[in-house]
Amino acid sequence: MDTRFYGAGLAKLEVKELSGPLIVIEGADGVGRSTHMELLQGWLEGHGLAVLSTGLVRSALTRRGIMSAKEGHSFDRNTMALFYATDLADRIEHEIIPGMRSGFVVLADRYVFTTMARGAARGLNRDWLAKLYGFALVPTKVFFLRLDPEELIRRTLRRGGELDYWESGRDVGLAPDLYSSFRAYQTLILQEFDRMAEAYGFVTIDASRSVEEVQADLRRGVADFLDPGLLNPPPPDAGD
Amino acid sequence: MAPLYEPHEYPGRLIVVEGIDGSGKSTQLSLLETFLVSEGYDASFTEWNSSPLVKDTTRRGKKKNLFSPTTFSLIHATDFADRHERSILPPLRTGFLVLADRWAYTAFARDVARGNDRAWLRNLYEFATRPDLALYFRVDIDTAVARITGGRIALKYHEAGMDLGLSPDLITSFRLFQTQVLAEYDQIAAEFGLTVIDGARSIVEQQREVRKLVKPLLKGLRRASGLRPRPAGA
Repeated sequence: MDTRFYGAGLAKLEVKELSGPLIVIEGADGVGRSTHMELLQGWLEGHGLAVLSTGLVRSALTRRGIMSAKEGHSFDRNTMALFYATDLADRIEHEIIPGMRSGFVVLADRYVFTTMARGAARGLNRDWLAKLYGFALVPTKVFFLRLDPEELIRRTLRRGGELDYWESGRDVGLAPDLYSSFRAYQTLILQEFDRMAEAYGFVTIDASRSVEEVQADLRRGVADFLDPGLLNPPPPDAGD
Repeated sequence: MAPLYEPHEYPGRLIVVEGIDGSGKSTQLSLLETFLVSEGYDASFTEWNSSPLVKDTTRRGKKKNLFSPTTFSLIHATDFADRHERSILPPLRTGFLVLADRWAYTAFARDVARGNDRAWLRNLYEFATRPDLALYFRVDIDTAVARITGGRIALKYHEAGMDLGLSPDLITSFRLFQTQVLAEYDQIAAEFGLTVIDGARSIVEQQREVRKLVKPLLKGLRRASGLRPRPAGA
């Protein structure tokens, strides 16, 4: 078996040498993932590295289908897990592997773990979910931006946002009102992430701190396995 | 144990048909449905790859050739999961006869022929209810090809395995791909206890056998009194 995958890997796809790393950033909505993705990308590019970023539900195949499913009234948990798996498989085949093969640093804004957490929070069997993702590449490193649900709500509201229907797990029927549902659901999600952090060896980063502090941790973590020299200022001729 | 491996406890009955294109399974299921409804049973029909939730994605993927063996398999599982939740479990739990044109076994046969892992596929469909009766209409490849070239069935790109690049010719590709599918079906029939029906015999003979097999399952099901009209579209 190809140990670069969690299970049997991808059918009929010969995966030769993957020279670039796959770096995953996990964490709830509102934790600052996209800010940190952008900062990380700019930093790496400043050092002259080619970066490719990809994120959940961005596949050309499934993006529209998943969006419209989320607008509907019924999106059953098995269907959801499988639809997201289709999205991820498509991106692994068409973005992540080609990118890594060409030597890009691939940054993934969430990966199998988000969908595994969502499935588990909906009562799906964890073993079933893990086997389902047997086609997924094992990332080089997973960084988990960890934040308590209470702080998550504060940040979301501070930005003038509302608590999202799906991020509140309204379909799960945990509580009769949006606020309680969000808290209960995100607490379940956090428990799943803490469990996976241990099982899959995530680097857990306390996201309650300032953007600068969190970003510094991320950079140290990336430099640690990619190239310790990245922590020095970039050479003046690189990155233009 | 997962639903796929143990008898369900719902008041309804689940009857599924399996077989390659040209095996005659859809004709037989349609005849069975007409018969059951005319006998006053509540029957509900569902077919492979028909969930409205996934339809647009599948259509897009096929049109633009975006599928790989893995995503092709996953989108069909997504389609199945949606139908299982929406149009299979509710009638089954209400006490209906649910008639399904293709079940998880189709994926086990076709997707393995496409190169996917057997154990991975069985895990994928583990949530599927185990049918009370699974009829496998077995035909040899020549019979299927003869029926298709006879013009009664339109041959589709993926059904012919054209995505695998086995042959540029539709019929040749169908022959090569479906020969592998047939070999896989034989293994599945043994593994999951499918009832094999000789699909080469006449429609009438096959239907007689189908009804004989279905009859014991009807015991205890509620029946409406009086005859009812044929269902729309049957």
